[in-house]
Amino acid sequence: MSLSISDIKRIATLARIEVSDSEAEVTLHKLSGILGLIEEMQAVDTTGIVPMSHSQDVTQRLRPDLVTKTDQRALFQSIAPAVEDGLYLVPKVIE
Amino acid sequence: MINNSLKQLGAMLASKQISSVEMTTEFLDRIDQHNPDINAYIALDRERTLAQAAAADARIAAGTAEPLTGIPIAQKDIFVAKGWQTTCGSRMLESFIGPYDAGVIERFDAAGAVNLGKTNMDEFAMGSSNETSYFGCVKNPWDRSRVPGGSSGGSAAAVAARLCAAATGTDTGGSIRQPASLCGFSGLKPTYGLVSRYGMIAFASSLDQAGPMAKSCEDMALMMNVMTGFDARDSTSLQRDKEDYTRGLPAMTGDKPLAGLRVGLPREFFADGLNAQVGSVVQAAIDEYCKLGAEIVSISLPNTRLSIPVYYVLAPAEASSNLSRYDGVRYGHRAPEYTDLMDMYCKSRAQGFGAEVKRRILIGTYVLSAGYYDAYYLKAQQIRRLIADDFAAAFTQCDVIMGPTAPGTAFRSGEKADDPVAMYLEDLYTIAVNLAGLPGMSIPAGFAEVEGKALPVGLQVIGNYFDEARMLDIGHAYQQVTDWHTRMPEGV
Amino acid sequence: MPISRSRIGIRACRRVFKVEWEVVIGLETHTQLKTNSKIFSGASTTYGAAPNTQACEVSIALPGVLPVLNQEAVRCAIKFGLAVNAEIAPRSVFARKNYFYPDLPKGYQISQYELPVVGKGALTIQVGDTEKVIRITRAHLEEDAGKSVHGAVEGMSGIDLNRAGTPLLEIVTEPDMRSAAEAVAYAKKLHELVQWIGICDGNMQEGSFRCDVNVSVRPKGTDKLGTRREIKNLNSFKFMQQAIEYETRWQIETLEDGGTIQQATVLFNPDTGETRAMRSKEEANDYRYFPDPDLLPLVISEADKDAVRADMPELPQAMKARFEAEFGLSAYDATQLTSTKEIAEYFDRAMLELVSFEGASAYKIGKTVANLIINDIAARVNKAGLPNIRHSPVTAWHIVCIAKSLADGSINLKAVREQIIPLIWDENLTEADAVIKIIEAKGLRQVSDSGAIEAIIDGVLAANVAMVEEYRAGKEKAFNALVGQAMKASKGKANPAQVNEMLKKKLG
Repeated sequence: MSLSISDIKRIATLARIEVSDSEAEVTLHKLSGILGLIEEMQAVDTTGIVPMSHSQDVTQRLRPDLVTKTDQRALFQSIAPAVEDGLYLVPKVIE
Repeated sequence: MINNSLKQLGAMLASKQISSVEMTTEFLDRIDQHNPDINAYIALDRERTLAQAAAADARIAAGTAEPLTGIPIAQKDIFVAKGWQTTCGSRMLESFIGPYDAGVIERFDAAGAVNLGKTNMDEFAMGSSNETSYFGCVKNPWDRSRVPGGSSGGSAAAVAARLCAAATGTDTGGSIRQPASLCGFSGLKPTYGLVSRYGMIAFASSLDQAGPMAKSCEDMALMMNVMTGFDARDSTSLQRDKEDYTRGLPAMTGDKPLAGLRVGLPREFFADGLNAQVGSVVQAAIDEYCKLGAEIVSISLPNTRLSIPVYYVLAPAEASSNLSRYDGVRYGHRAPEYTDLMDMYCKSRAQGFGAEVKRRILIGTYVLSAGYYDAYYLKAQQIRRLIADDFAAAFTQCDVIMGPTAPGTAFRSGEKADDPVAMYLEDLYTIAVNLAGLPGMSIPAGFAEVEGKALPVGLQVIGNYFDEARMLDIGHAYQQVTDWHTRMPEGV
Repeated sequence: MPISRSRIGIRACRRVFKVEWEVVIGLETHTQLKTNSKIFSGASTTYGAAPNTQACEVSIALPGVLPVLNQEAVRCAIKFGLAVNAEIAPRSVFARKNYFYPDLPKGYQISQYELPVVGKGALTIQVGDTEKVIRITRAHLEEDAGKSVHGAVEGMSGIDLNRAGTPLLEIVTEPDMRSAAEAVAYAKKLHELVQWIGICDGNMQEGSFRCDVNVSVRPKGTDKLGTRREIKNLNSFKFMQQAIEYETRWQIETLEDGGTIQQATVLFNPDTGETRAMRSKEEANDYRYFPDPDLLPLVISEADKDAVRADMPELPQAMKARFEAEFGLSAYDATQLTSTKEIAEYFDRAMLELVSFEGASAYKIGKTVANLIINDIAARVNKAGLPNIRHSPVTAWHIVCIAKSLADGSINLKAVREQIIPLIWDENLTEADAVIKIIEAKGLRQVSDSGAIEAIIDGVLAANVAMVEEYRAGKEKAFNALVGQAMKASKGKANPAQVNEMLKKKLG
């Protein structure tokens, strides 16, 4: 599976990272190298092997339904790029 | 004093030979002197640190001190600490002041340890040389033209140059062990789930684990007593009885303290790719273990080589998602100029992240994208199980596994910076341990002569799940009969 | 505006189509679960707080924070699974749905993808006189997003993350509905059920119950599904009806005109009554789902299910069947009485009292009690806009008193409907003995003394000779007129059954 410049542009858009045309060339070269490394996996027959997500065979612990958090808006918004009346501001969202 | 063990430092404090404020001041002064060149620390806050030291002195005076009370510890800048600049080595978080404390930070605070500062690291822990940090690379104290390893490179250089009593690190694919090897000290990545990940900025959630970086196994045992334990805020934190990791250390004396210990040597760890000098240093260490009573068993971990491709699918995939929260909306870098929402996202992230982080986000995005999931992500998870099964089989034949930590010694700054694949191969012997979730440790095993310089070499010890106490005993036994771990670089 | 639009709609309906079309509808419903805290953090879920004051470090996705699952959210999911007779997964997995949106702080939504907590189930709906089974494909747990607020600052949107992390159960059906009416009937039934079992407050204005409706059309008689368009975020049944009708017409007309339908997400505009494709969220739709490494598999044992089952109220379907069997109610009446949990409990409570006082004979008046509740009490509650029947001044106990008096013949139904119930309602006479007091005060006790009734009837027969003749000549209607006269002569107090009986005897 070889990558193209348009693949780079597509995944960069998905990942919300601006990539200029010249950067895309360099990125293509490097990512192709990494994908080449990854391709080694394809030689392994993994039929019937259960995928492993976690190293320990443990299950999800459940939290009691209690309100434990108090309002810390002032602290949290002290490091925010743009706020107004307690809201985080972003360029207009169009639906 | 700077070369003293944590136990010795604790005794000095307990006997009032020195106060924590004095001890901390001495380390801060050393940092002022050496950090401009070594660049081990990103954030220092003398006032805050000394206030903590003063509080520790009060606690010592009150007689409620614990073993680490008053001892200055460096914290990797991946741990969110309230009131501290917490950058994770990234421009994205350059202005981020921690609004809460990570579980690890809380535990050190509760133990009365003094937070000496936040150490430099590869950006978001992605790197093996500390060259991806937005705050500049860290110099290896043994040869300042060389890298300290990564990603916990700042903590590594700080321990090696004695710019702290001990430090914390995190290890996703070798980020504690490889720098420990390259900088000549002891580092332990515990079993996944033993140390809380709450407040530890995520790189690859299923692999990340925090651990101690210190001068000796005895020091690491004391650190483990503080760092490990259940945290209800981390769903992957394991509920286990509290252990005393120092309990077996006193028995590691006498003629053959390790009699009967079966040490497995994986054939794949001594094959092509291993630097010959490193190989002979590791062999010498293993010979030493035989003298301590260990028996050698030849084992095989056939899928070792596959751990690299598997890791470079799973870690970037998880990272691509974990790093989506850095969007310039609620905190972190926002581009100064943009045309609309989409443009704000793309520019903020393009500016806030460095090249390696962007590469990994793109790789991760690609392997998870429609049509590729099965061929990459699912396949990698299947091979991950094969890798874990290799270890399970090996541990039926041996008690611990030993081998090199890294294929070579510290390389020159810039030597591999432009070749991600070459850089990734640095982690050949360490990554499989993270994939399996096992504990792994690197201890100093000697030096290799490279271009006229003696560069440290680490011995890796891999244990079965929850076998950290035994691993520390094994390391301690070796450190009782060798002095590699007490060696210090010149000029510090 | 809406009126003129709907006229256009009616006109469009009159168009004669070349093909007979069938609409195919499936629903995805987001129900906000009634928990105190969020699904993955201890932040409060209370509605209406000042912006971002209920957005804790997990809600705003600070670096380093982690999710821990709320057990009440899991219990709610199990309850729902049991209520729709669904498979409850012994092991389910949380996955990340990755996309960028300012109200989605992590850049991914924690949801369930390949292994949802609730599997295949079914819900029976009633449309007109027919019942229909709607198959439920799955229901999964996920977290809600925050809200974008527009207009506070020119050219900007404000983000409020109070809602981010509120637990949702997304309930997905098979494409089993064939009309807007069926879709609305399903949505209403589901709305009632989730409130009945106490997992959702059902408040549609506050967004606690939101439907996405997938609509496609195909020529009637064909099997292949047409391309669907998804109408997002409908939060009223009226809008749902309008949106589906508009969308159906639009799709049919587009196809009839030779066009094709593109798969799309559309929004319904209540002001214009129209649907339009969304401009955002469309683009990639490559959500890159993968198992969330911060969460472990959710395991639900038989014992967990049993514990929830023990805590479940009797379900509407079971209650309806019981009402039919025990009290001889019609399917219609039983459905009406189980339309909300409050009405069902009101009826059930009244019948329980009656049975304990009157024994088996109480069952005979089940139908009367049902009618009173449906036609007099519930109707008044609706008209008065009260939240539910529990707020009615006429209590279940009042109904018991009324039913007992009806059963022993001391009052008649007319007095109940025209005097007792209106008086209690209007004067808010909530005390327990209100019924008895009214009967006495208004002299409503009916005449059951046979001598008195006989005297009245004799008087009526004497005064209405012509009517008696008509009856004898075969005019049945004349009998009823005579009963009416007798009742009138008793000022409505005569026992109608006794009047009937005696009149028949006298006329021989």
